[in-house]
Amino acid sequence: MATITVTVNGKPHTNDVEPRTLLVHYLREQLNLTGTHIGCDTSQCGACVVHLNGQSVKSCTVLAIQCHGAEVTTIEGLAPQGQMHALQEGFWEKHGLQCGFCTPGMIMAAADLLERNPNPTDDEIRHGLEGNLCRCTGYENIVRAVRYAAEKMAVPAGD
Amino acid sequence: MIPSAFSYHAPTSVAEALSLLQQHGDEAKILAGGHSLLPAMKLRLASPGVLIDINQIAELRGVVINGNVNIGALTTWSAIETDGELASVCPALAEAVALIGDIQVRNRGTIGGSLAHADPAADAPAVMLALNAQIRVTGPGGTRTIAADDFFTDMLSTALEPDELITSITLNKLGAGEGSAYSKFAHPASRYAIVGVAAYVKLSGGKVSACRIGVTGAGPKAVRQTAVEQALIGSDGSAEAIAAAAAHAGEEMDILGDIHASEGYRRAMTKVYVKRALTSAVARAR
Repeated sequence: MATITVTVNGKPHTNDVEPRTLLVHYLREQLNLTGTHIGCDTSQCGACVVHLNGQSVKSCTVLAIQCHGAEVTTIEGLAPQGQMHALQEGFWEKHGLQCGFCTPGMIMAAADLLERNPNPTDDEIRHGLEGNLCRCTGYENIVRAVRYAAEKMAVPAGD
Repeated sequence: MIPSAFSYHAPTSVAEALSLLQQHGDEAKILAGGHSLLPAMKLRLASPGVLIDINQIAELRGVVINGNVNIGALTTWSAIETDGELASVCPALAEAVALIGDIQVRNRGTIGGSLAHADPAADAPAVMLALNAQIRVTGPGGTRTIAADDFFTDMLSTALEPDELITSITLNKLGAGEGSAYSKFAHPASRYAIVGVAAYVKLSGGKVSACRIGVTGAGPKAVRQTAVEQALIGSDGSAEAIAAAAAHAGEEMDILGDIHASEGYRRAMTKVYVKRALTSAVARAR
C-alpha cells in the first residue's frame, strides 16, 4: 500500500492504494465517482476518459499511484453542482446519446478538444473524438452536440 | 482487469533508475507512458514484480532542435505532434505521430517507450528506419548509440540490454532537396498499422541520390526495403520510376497474416503504401 494525495474536481483526497490500482478503479471504488465508466478496459473505447493535469487520458491505462500530486477532473466536476456544462446541455439538446454509456468519456474528450480548438470543423470534431466509441448514435448527433457547445461557449457570458 | 501485484518505484534521475534496474534484474520493467505495458499487464501477458516509473525524470523529456533534432525518450506523442518546428524539419515523423492511436493515447505514450516495446505494428519504428535515427541508451557500462538499422531485432525485441534505458533519439533535419513522408493503412479500431511506410528521399541534380524506406505492420518487425531503395536511386523519381521500384516492396521480408489481413493482402498493400509514401516524399523533395 502507498498513500497518495490527488486533487479530484478541485478537492484534495488522501487515500491508501495498491500500486496496481488503476485510476478508474480509484475514482469509482474509493471516491465513489461512478460517472467515469469502464467499457473495453483495453484503452480503445474511451468510456473512462478523464482529465489528468488538463490533458484527456484513458483512466483504465493510468495507475492511481502515478496521479499522486496531480489534478484530475471527472464528468462530475465539469460543471458546478446543479448546473450543466455547455457540452452536457448540447448532448441533451441534440440527442447525442441513447444508452448513455459512452457519454461521460465522450464529453470529457470533447471538452479537451474544445479547449485546444474552440471552433472545430465537423471533421476536426470526428478526428478529435476518434478515441471514443459509441455503439448507439452513429456519431451524427454527437458531432451536432459538440458543435452546439462550441457555438454556445463562443458567446460571451451575459449575452 | 487489474494487473498482478508489483512493487513500485519512481526514481527522479537516470542514475537512480539504472541502479534500480540493476538491483531488480529480470523482475523489473520500466514504465514510461504505459500504453503498451499496462494493457499487457492487465491481460497478464506481462507480470513484472517491480515497476520503475521514469515519469519523474524531467531530463528525459523534451525536444531540442539545433544542428539536428534531439528528442528525449520520455517525450509524449502529443508533445511531438504540437511542436511546429519539428513538423517542418521532420515531416514524416509529424505525419506518423498524428496517426498514432487517438489523442488520449498520444497524451500518455512516449517515443522511447514505443521503441523499447518494438510492437510489430507500431508506427515509430518505420520512421526511425527511414530517417536513420540514432538511439541513445545508457546502462551500467556507460552510454552508447544504436542506429535504428541495428535496433529492431525481432518481434517485440530490440538491441537494448535489460539493464539499459533509452535516453534520447537523434534525427537529422531535412535539408534542401530532401523529403520524407509516412503513409499508413490503419486498423480502424486500434489504429495500429496493418501496413505503415515511412520514406526518405534526397534529390540531387534531378536524380534520386539517396533513399531509405521503413515498413511496419506487415511483418514481425519493422524493416528497411533495400531492393526498392536500390531500384529508385539513380532514377528521376518520376511516377513510373516509383511504381517500378515499389514493385520490389516486401521482397526481402517475412510478411504475416492475421484475422485483420491475410499475408497476400498485406504483401499487396505493402507495395501500394510504399508507392504512396515515396510519391509524397519525392514531391516534398522537389
